[in-house]
Amino acid sequence: MLRLERRPEASQTMSYVSPLIAIVLMLVGGLVLFAALGKNPLEGFKVFFVNPISDLYGVSELLLKATPLMLCAVGLAIGFRANVWNIGAEGQLIVGAIAASAVALHFYGSEGGAHVLILMVVAGCIGGMLWAAIPAFLKTYFNTNEILVSLMLVYVAQLLVSWLVHGPMMDPDGFNFPQSRLFEDSALLPILLEDTRLNIAFTFALGALVVGYIFMFRSFAGFQMQVAGFAANAARYAGFSAKRMVWIGLMSGGAMAGLAGMSEVAGPMGQITEHVSNNYGFAAIIVAFVARLNPVGIFFASLLMALLYLGGEQAQQYLNLPSSISNVFQGMLLMFLLGSDVFINYRLRWKEARA
Amino acid sequence: MTSATDGEHEYRLELEGITKIYPSVIANENVSLKVKKGEIHAVLGENGAGKSTLMKMIYGVAKPDAGQMKWEGQLVNVENPAHARSLGIGMVFQHFSLFETLNVVENVALALPGNPDLRQLAGQITEVSNRYGLPVDPQRLVHALSVGERQRVEIIRCLLLNPRLLIMDEPTSVLTPQAVRKLFDTLRQLADEGCSILYISHKLDEIQELCHVATVLRDGKVTGDCIPSEETPKSMASLMIGKELPVPEHNAPTSLGDVRLQLNRLSKKSDDPFGTDLQDIELEVRSGEIVGIAGVSGNGQQELLYALSGEELVDDAQAVVICGKASGRDLPDQRRRNGMGFVPEERLGRGAVPRMSLTENALLTAHHKGMLKNGMIQFRLISEFARKCIDNFNVKCGGEEHAANSLSGGNLQKFIMGREILLAPRMLVVAQPTWGVDVGAAAFIRQELIDLRNEGTAILVISEELEELFEISDRIAVIANGRLSPSKKLADTNIDEIGVWMSGMWDQAQPAPEATTNA
Repeated sequence: MLRLERRPEASQTMSYVSPLIAIVLMLVGGLVLFAALGKNPLEGFKVFFVNPISDLYGVSELLLKATPLMLCAVGLAIGFRANVWNIGAEGQLIVGAIAASAVALHFYGSEGGAHVLILMVVAGCIGGMLWAAIPAFLKTYFNTNEILVSLMLVYVAQLLVSWLVHGPMMDPDGFNFPQSRLFEDSALLPILLEDTRLNIAFTFALGALVVGYIFMFRSFAGFQMQVAGFAANAARYAGFSAKRMVWIGLMSGGAMAGLAGMSEVAGPMGQITEHVSNNYGFAAIIVAFVARLNPVGIFFASLLMALLYLGGEQAQQYLNLPSSISNVFQGMLLMFLLGSDVFINYRLRWKEARA
Repeated sequence: MTSATDGEHEYRLELEGITKIYPSVIANENVSLKVKKGEIHAVLGENGAGKSTLMKMIYGVAKPDAGQMKWEGQLVNVENPAHARSLGIGMVFQHFSLFETLNVVENVALALPGNPDLRQLAGQITEVSNRYGLPVDPQRLVHALSVGERQRVEIIRCLLLNPRLLIMDEPTSVLTPQAVRKLFDTLRQLADEGCSILYISHKLDEIQELCHVATVLRDGKVTGDCIPSEETPKSMASLMIGKELPVPEHNAPTSLGDVRLQLNRLSKKSDDPFGTDLQDIELEVRSGEIVGIAGVSGNGQQELLYALSGEELVDDAQAVVICGKASGRDLPDQRRRNGMGFVPEERLGRGAVPRMSLTENALLTAHHKGMLKNGMIQFRLISEFARKCIDNFNVKCGGEEHAANSLSGGNLQKFIMGREILLAPRMLVVAQPTWGVDVGAAAFIRQELIDLRNEGTAILVISEELEELFEISDRIAVIANGRLSPSKKLADTNIDEIGVWMSGMWDQAQPAPEATTNA
């Protein structure tokens, strides 16, 4: 009879192997899924996971999609390490995008210059932080649950952007389509690789990962956040301020999500629409957990998650499957991860039934 | 309790070759034990010797990996606690399992099979409580009961099932000396009526006073059987720890210096509805002395510790003065800067982060001693500091990079104690310094505290172990119901007086109760 037995000490190895097991299981699950849908599994696998990155353009698209994921995930991970559960990066991304768009549209038709982009970056970060400040304030002053507040604010942000692109921000020459003017060149991020859409936001993301790494593993503030996450009473005993950690956690998540929103409107979209986010804020939560809240892991997990996005688009085109198939893959990944995480603290033992 | 009709088998309980292996440790190895009818049988051993595991197997909470158990001559395989109770085995746990929001009758009813009539049950409870000298009001809510009363409820709950074997797991750790004597009377009466009692403890004097026979466990193995009345505490201690019990050297305090901690009418309402409010606590601790605070657990010790450490702030900054600085409104790290060190009673999760390395755990409170540069951690300095804690305080561990939860309780306590002492506090507050620590480490820790006092540090020790306080303190005070008694020099008092004070009755003996605490 197989049974689960508690390990004397949590397995360090298993905590890193577990995401890999989850990825393998997700791939196996994908093969089964393709077969069940009447597609050739190997063909499906190739279309989903190989075709999107078979040329340089494909790779550049992968990095482009991974950029907002890396930004959101590293910001969230800082808070998650202290058990500050910001589930609303999606909303913070949208508000960051709105703020950056407001700057771009304000300077529309003027001379332009470097200051436009710089102001957009600042506005994006501040927009996201303002949106994250609401759950932070309510948490620190009224002890509300930041999970619920930040999540509900996502829907407020979605309605806000919808109202803006149907009203104040709508393109006056746009035949009433719910979208803004196309930004001028001075409000668009410079392209990194010619003939692709990959822009310098990718270097922002890499920079954010490096800064995030230093903060988490070298700075005292990052240490305090980790102590609070592991043992809240020990943080209190040491005298670390719990309120400060809530603020740092939510502000880092908000700023990075806002920057991701800015990089979308000033990057591949070039304008603001109702669909400014592609669920990046939610997908980043999965990325952060698959990555064990570690910036190095976030780099790779973001690439994987971006591949799921691209694969979903390809599956729609070539396999006649709905694009929501990428959500199914994301869901499988998270579920398998949670399942295999059980083996960090437990192991399987073969035990003969006793009489 | 009509045990005379139980059959003619001599032994009520026989264990043979019981072995229990946990993933990382052999809890019991080839343990054999025989308990006669009406015998009070001690199971003696240090923390971690395997006493509780053995009892859990008898009571059906855990299953042995090898060995057999006979109950009144019959081979049995106890499936679960309900099975054990149906056999006639009752157990009073160290940590009570009562629902605080229910009253006594309801709590007792929950443990009984079927659906008992509450009014009739209340009558039975009163009857049993009168018969065995265990006074308790059946209608009172459990949260309003003292710890001793709660223990009585647990015992009555067992007795209603007419047990023929009663297991008591460290029953006296929460009682005043007077309540201990009452409990012993009850247990003797039970034994006289034929009930066997397994009495688990590490307190040698109690076992000598109460028990007929003792089985000594060390590292999961039986190291000997003895008749306690024929042994000395020394000889039993050497069976228990494998060597002689070290006694710390305690010379009289040389000279008292300046006041390092002053509490001025410290009052604080507890946030916890079942907590204790602190009322007008007055205390002074001077350089070069150890002041002990005794008390039955749950009388405001937790609240006082939180108010001292800064984990809870006090409205009046002057209520807590550390080395001359009004600190009532300072957070813990500011209080450390003011000169205070603090060793909490919970090691894992409060004094140390279980999953973090010893190096990182050193950083927890040592960070203000130049371990940071521009907000970045100086890992080299901090791991040097951690290694010093390990070397100077004999911490047995794999190295400073190992996680705190890989250490035994005693070694982690030595590490935390070492960390706080090496930070050179001018005032050290220690809660339960040797709680759950083996005898050898406990002696080491007490000696460290005395040495620290001799170097001029002011020390406040809050402990529920009276013997410990009498061993190391220069002055002793008692906390009861959130109020602190005046303090007495150790030479001017004795265990009996402090025991009376522990139930809150120092005003009667003290003609001038309003007088401020003497220094």
